[in-house]
Amino acid sequence: MQTRAKRFLVLAILLAAGVSYCSAAFNRYYLGVAIDVGINIILAVSLNLINGHTGQFSLGHAGFMAVGGYTAAAITLALGPRAPGLLTGLWFAVALLAGGLLAAVAGLAVGIPTLRLRGDYLAIVTLGFGEIIRVILQNMECVGAASGLSGIPERTTLFWAFGLAAVTVYVVGCLVSSTYGRGFIAVHDDEIAASASGINPTRYKVTAFVIGAFFAGIAGGLFAHHKLFLSPTNFDFMKSIDIVVMVILGGMGRTGGVILAAIVLTLLPEFLRPFAEYRMIIYSLLIIGLMIARPQGLFGFGRRKTA
Amino acid sequence: MAALLQLADVTIRFGGLTAVSSLNLAIGPGELVGLIGPNGAGKTTAFNLITGVYQPTSGAITFNGQSTARLKAHQLARCGIARTFQNIRLFASLSVFDNVRAAVQLHRPHGIINALWRGRGFCEGEADVTRQVMELLEIFGLGAARDQAARSLPYGDQRRLEIVRALATRPKLLLLDEPAAGMNPTEKVELTRLIRFIQEKFQISVLLVEHDMRVVMGICERVAVLDYGVKIAEGTPESVRQNQKVIEAYLGDEVAVK
Repeated sequence: MQTRAKRFLVLAILLAAGVSYCSAAFNRYYLGVAIDVGINIILAVSLNLINGHTGQFSLGHAGFMAVGGYTAAAITLALGPRAPGLLTGLWFAVALLAGGLLAAVAGLAVGIPTLRLRGDYLAIVTLGFGEIIRVILQNMECVGAASGLSGIPERTTLFWAFGLAAVTVYVVGCLVSSTYGRGFIAVHDDEIAASASGINPTRYKVTAFVIGAFFAGIAGGLFAHHKLFLSPTNFDFMKSIDIVVMVILGGMGRTGGVILAAIVLTLLPEFLRPFAEYRMIIYSLLIIGLMIARPQGLFGFGRRKTA
Repeated sequence: MAALLQLADVTIRFGGLTAVSSLNLAIGPGELVGLIGPNGAGKTTAFNLITGVYQPTSGAITFNGQSTARLKAHQLARCGIARTFQNIRLFASLSVFDNVRAAVQLHRPHGIINALWRGRGFCEGEADVTRQVMELLEIFGLGAARDQAARSLPYGDQRRLEIVRALATRPKLLLLDEPAAGMNPTEKVELTRLIRFIQEKFQISVLLVEHDMRVVMGICERVAVLDYGVKIAEGTPESVRQNQKVIEAYLGDEVAVK
């Protein structure tokens, strides 16, 4: 089973690289939507570790995404223009990693004091954190303040988006299915019983938070080098809600369902473009309908896998 | 014989109420001790003091020669104190197998890095965990139910699974909080057998906090009786049974009639 997971990772990355190699042949619009899908998979799967598996309701994912996005963009801009090549790819990886790490640090800083809180309280605190990040960015002149950060070179390709989505799925999947990772779900199910079984709930919660924040930061970096323009309003409260909806619709704690939900919810608004101004209304109605029809999530019929 | 768990003059007050007052209790290795008392006598409070839920106002609790003050529940588990809950607390969404698996990992060094790299050591470790878990489940007749969700088990099996999970942490002392609560007489007899079996098979000490007289009197080597937070008697089940104070406080007619 262990080797199967690794094989999946290698295969997925190779596939992403292969498809990406021929991406010049694709329609630019479809390509853009496909990259959006990859980024949203990273966001949803990483939030699923926090909200779904560990049961800590966080509304701050957009905040971590903003930290990672601005960090990565700032690094790329500081390096100046570069011709495409291996070295450029390497620097992009460094920028993404730096964004992820800084987001993880933010996750740690927010997580340690707040993860003693439960349920609604945690949701409100993380919501506050997201807003603080947004307001800070809105007032930081060095990253363009409210007028946004523009001129970011295009670096995100299908390979980066889906390769990293595969890494995210691998990391979250492997963690949760291991004996160590059963602790996340134990904390979710019953914190008191978990600590009586020798599991340190605070530690698990902070770990989930930091890992989730790291991948949100990575997704932020990909987002920045895909949209080529960052504005604090990209990372408002609604963005966090979007990701939470993906997790809930996919079925909390079910990676397969969450991936499917991320795909569906990214494509849905695109398919609804012909309806112009009614688009978001139809989108909302569809989500309400789905929630009524399948409250356990799109993929919610299977039990959690044993091993 | 040095005591494994030692409560010395332990007192806890909640505002004006003294819930437990200078309680002295020692449990030796391999002993099976019962703690009984009428409703509101402070049994559960004493239990919560030992498991670190409350800190005593005064007095000291030592386990294995080490003070348990300021240790959190998960640290106590690491020291070797395992417990079950009066109202069963299982990991409801996890399978029977995973409930035990989550507890077995306590003594393993494998963490995040191993889980991600999935090297040979990790695979061997996971296989070892599986073996340990299955061994425990087989001993307690839960092997066939390994893939069932814990919440779908019948009540008696849930109790048993909770005990198995506690044993999976490899404790030196097992604390059972009213394990007979909600059981019918047949299940109680079975439980009595199970507790004695555990004590013999795993060579551990057991502290049984219980309401049900028959269960306690049937298996405990020593019984301590609490009433209004004060220990009013301690000794063999026979001597406690004869103790006038105990009869007055609690056993009353149940013993007198007999």
